[in-house]
Amino acid sequence: MKNLFSSLNFDQQTIVTILFAVLFVVFAFWLPGFTSTGNLLELVRSVSVLGILGLGMAIVVIGRGIDLSMIATLAVPASLVMTLAASGYHPAVAIGAGLLFAIATGILNGVLVAYAEIPALFTTLAVGIGVAGIGQSGMFEYDIVAWPPALDSIAWIGRGKIFGLPYSILAFGVAALAVHIFLKKTRLGFFIYALGDNLAAARISGIRVRPIIILQYVICAVIALFAGLVLAASAHSMDTRIFNLTWIYDVILVVVLGGIGLSGGRGGVMNVIVGTLLIGTIVNGMTILNVSYQGQNLVRGLVLLTALMIDSILNPRNEETAKQGDI
Amino acid sequence: MIKTISRLRYKYWPDHIFGEILQKSWMETAVPLAVLIFTIVFFSVQIDNFISPSNMSDNFRQASELGFVVLGISLVLIVGGIDLSVASIFALSNLLVLYCMHVWQLPLGASVSITLLGGALLGSVNGILIGYFRMRAFLTTMVTLIVFKSIHDLINVRVAVPISSNFPDSPVWDIMGYGSILSIPTAVWAFGIVALFSHILLTRLRPGWWLLAVGGNRRSAYNIGLPVNRIVALSYVASGVLASASAIFYAARLASPGADTGSGLEITVLTAAILGGIRLGGGKGSVMKAILGTLIILLLTNGLLRMATPAGTARIILAMILLMAAALDIRWFKNRHKAVQEMYVSPAYLELPHLPEDTTAPNAAFAPNDRLKAVETIGLGMIEAPEDVVLDDYDNLYSGNRHGEIIRFFAPDYQRHEVYARIGGQPLGMTFDADHNLYVCVGGMGLYRVTADREVELVTDETNRSYLSVIDDSRLKLADDLDILPDGRILFSEATVRYEMHEWQTDALEGRGNGRIIMYDPKNKKTTTVLRGLTFPNGVVLASDKQSIMFAESWKCSIKRYWFDGPKAGTVEMVIDNLPGYPDNINVASDGNYWLAIMGMRSQVFDLAMRKPGFRRRMAKQLPGDEWLAPNINTGCIVKFNEAGEILDVLWDMDGENHPMITSMREHKGYLYIGGISNNRIGRLKLDGVDETFVSSGKYHVG
Repeated sequence: MKNLFSSLNFDQQTIVTILFAVLFVVFAFWLPGFTSTGNLLELVRSVSVLGILGLGMAIVVIGRGIDLSMIATLAVPASLVMTLAASGYHPAVAIGAGLLFAIATGILNGVLVAYAEIPALFTTLAVGIGVAGIGQSGMFEYDIVAWPPALDSIAWIGRGKIFGLPYSILAFGVAALAVHIFLKKTRLGFFIYALGDNLAAARISGIRVRPIIILQYVICAVIALFAGLVLAASAHSMDTRIFNLTWIYDVILVVVLGGIGLSGGRGGVMNVIVGTLLIGTIVNGMTILNVSYQGQNLVRGLVLLTALMIDSILNPRNEETAKQGDI
Repeated sequence: MIKTISRLRYKYWPDHIFGEILQKSWMETAVPLAVLIFTIVFFSVQIDNFISPSNMSDNFRQASELGFVVLGISLVLIVGGIDLSVASIFALSNLLVLYCMHVWQLPLGASVSITLLGGALLGSVNGILIGYFRMRAFLTTMVTLIVFKSIHDLINVRVAVPISSNFPDSPVWDIMGYGSILSIPTAVWAFGIVALFSHILLTRLRPGWWLLAVGGNRRSAYNIGLPVNRIVALSYVASGVLASASAIFYAARLASPGADTGSGLEITVLTAAILGGIRLGGGKGSVMKAILGTLIILLLTNGLLRMATPAGTARIILAMILLMAAALDIRWFKNRHKAVQEMYVSPAYLELPHLPEDTTAPNAAFAPNDRLKAVETIGLGMIEAPEDVVLDDYDNLYSGNRHGEIIRFFAPDYQRHEVYARIGGQPLGMTFDADHNLYVCVGGMGLYRVTADREVELVTDETNRSYLSVIDDSRLKLADDLDILPDGRILFSEATVRYEMHEWQTDALEGRGNGRIIMYDPKNKKTTTVLRGLTFPNGVVLASDKQSIMFAESWKCSIKRYWFDGPKAGTVEMVIDNLPGYPDNINVASDGNYWLAIMGMRSQVFDLAMRKPGFRRRMAKQLPGDEWLAPNINTGCIVKFNEAGEILDVLWDMDGENHPMITSMREHKGYLYIGGISNNRIGRLKLDGVDETFVSSGKYHVG
């Protein structure tokens, strides 16, 4: 089986790329308005934010973790930035405060995972609920925070266009390049692969794994804040109830479908890009088909289940390094 | 003065109890119970009427509904998984049972069956994916949570109106919802029955043990042949059924097809289970813990609600409690054994009489000599750890070994040997009765008998439990030596109830009275403890008056005499109180006196340490076990003493070449046979001028 795959050079990334191409062509022929400029720009815009989030998630997943608090970290610190800027603080101060909030969330996640040794899924689920709760309990006046004029100096990250391409896709590109360099060209990135592959071996070989786990969640939270700003700039507002939505599953889908195994230590930025394109196309197609919100959730859920099943077959958990109670 | 205080403190302050309590399995339930009591007290102080009868009845009704779901998720947690989809299964089941009752107007029994079946089906989706496809429980059930929820939302918009516009005509349905039986809400009855059954399942029935086994160690469970995949899958089915059972009572009470039914339920029940002390990661958990957790979380959420906490803040509090409970749970389980180990060893104050400096001077009682140099060796390299030796009527020689076997060396030259019987454990003291049955004290197992036909039989492995002992001391941990009384009863020593055989050094370090003398009566097969609080009781021998025994207390370096019959029955007298070494087995000599093996000599340092319990406690906490002080057991001797406690004879081997270490000796027809637990041989020494027909076992007991 494995030989067959390798001889045909059919790795997951290729399969997903082909799938994306097929789906794109099918949609282009069958869906009215799919190839219109407006829709393609909408596709690119939604894909950019999803892609940026996918990059953050990829770092954590490569280090054998997962971050379910990403959507809360996308909504709440970004809204904090906008609220502070709207109430007269200098944009730099506002962004600094949001950054601190995001970093604090990342550190909290990281400490609970690395030192308290609570499973990452569990930690980030609870931290996500907690962060969203902070957002709900009187930090903002309304659930939907509008983009303040004071921040218009940076609004180009989500709105402007250059050579006909929206800046948001550029933001995704820059983030992708940065994450790629971090993962492949720096020692810390290498360490993340090492501890994702085999935590015990990484520790024995002298890597201080706990600070790196914390770093991984901090980077992820900062990326989430960046994605939040891009999203808010392009949509002119931020809905703080967003964490309630099932968006996080899209992010996980991007990572898993792209070919970054949940067992850690494998994959890279290319996988995220491929996964993003596929998911973005599916979501966009469903929107055009006017599938109801619940219907979309159902489809996503089923696709994710299939993806997880394939992942558990392609990347079976290593019984030697999997921890007892690793749910 | 300080010495007296120290002695009194260590005599009366029960240090050892803390470690023993910490080791108890009910400790894990005690913590959530304390949290529950704290929650009740906190909210009763904060809120008026928090514990009013009507409020309590309402609370219990809700608690039972919640309890079903918590019980379900607990079963899944015990198997090592997690089930977040319970919230959506709950919501879907709510719709299903309402549709059955309200729209289809089915009879109650049919509606309930259909709903439970529906819950089982939804649960089996999780079960198949996680059990058979071995997918990750957390992500999988999170996705099924969304999928089921989407299905629920899609259905809900179509069925909400028909449900709300029809009403079932079923009085039983109403009683299920808000009725009471004997003034206890119906839901509480139902939950009570299910909880009781689950408790019996988990503690008494094989399928329950399988759940715990798979959760404890999946690979081992697989290796012993359990159908791991099926067990995992079934736990999710059970969780689905219990979630739908909960939904039935919820539906009967509220009859509401709300869009947000059960939203956030998964977090609530998960928090309840973790707070109750059900371990994330499997292998541990009980129904009691699930119930405690449910009550805590229900009181907490109700209390927060009545204190008018904003929804966001309540969320934060819940999330924080969940994380704290999980962190405590994980850290505690990781470090528990270390804490117990540190707490468990609790040295006591033991003052030995001062050892005269000239004990082993040339003219003193224990003056060294080389009389054991003449020992011939039997079975050199063919036996390991012969603690005790015994001979039968045909002069064959028997000894236990490290592998739990009884080895027989054949008379007359003891060149040939065979495995006489296999028992297991570490055979220690042995003796024959008049009918050629060999009674053996087996360390780690109890008192066993090898019949004349070489059948191994258990004589006894438990005694009566002490009422005030925290640890269960009914099992025999280290039966050591025995003798058979003229009427067939058996008196044997158990060296310690706190440690296993291989931890005897730790018991020596404690120097507490952890041992006891136990009587077995073959007439009614009853085992009773006759003397307790002894410091490592070791050798036991029937005294010549046939009404008393002599026994050695090793770490107290003394020999005592206990009367089991006659006018002095029940009393204990000191025979020798200040031996220069640690006494082991005692046996009779042909001249009516007693042979005593000294397994090692006292040292000033260890004696001093025994008077400094604080020092030994620090040592036990801060140093690894192999660096602790231990009694010296490499040089010893054989002593002959009389009933007055006078030393009559001492045999030494100064070079320790022929027979380095001595734990036992037995006189038989003019020879002394010598055993030593760390030896690879048995020794034999010709005794001059003794009765050459004397035997010390078997027929000796008849005469």
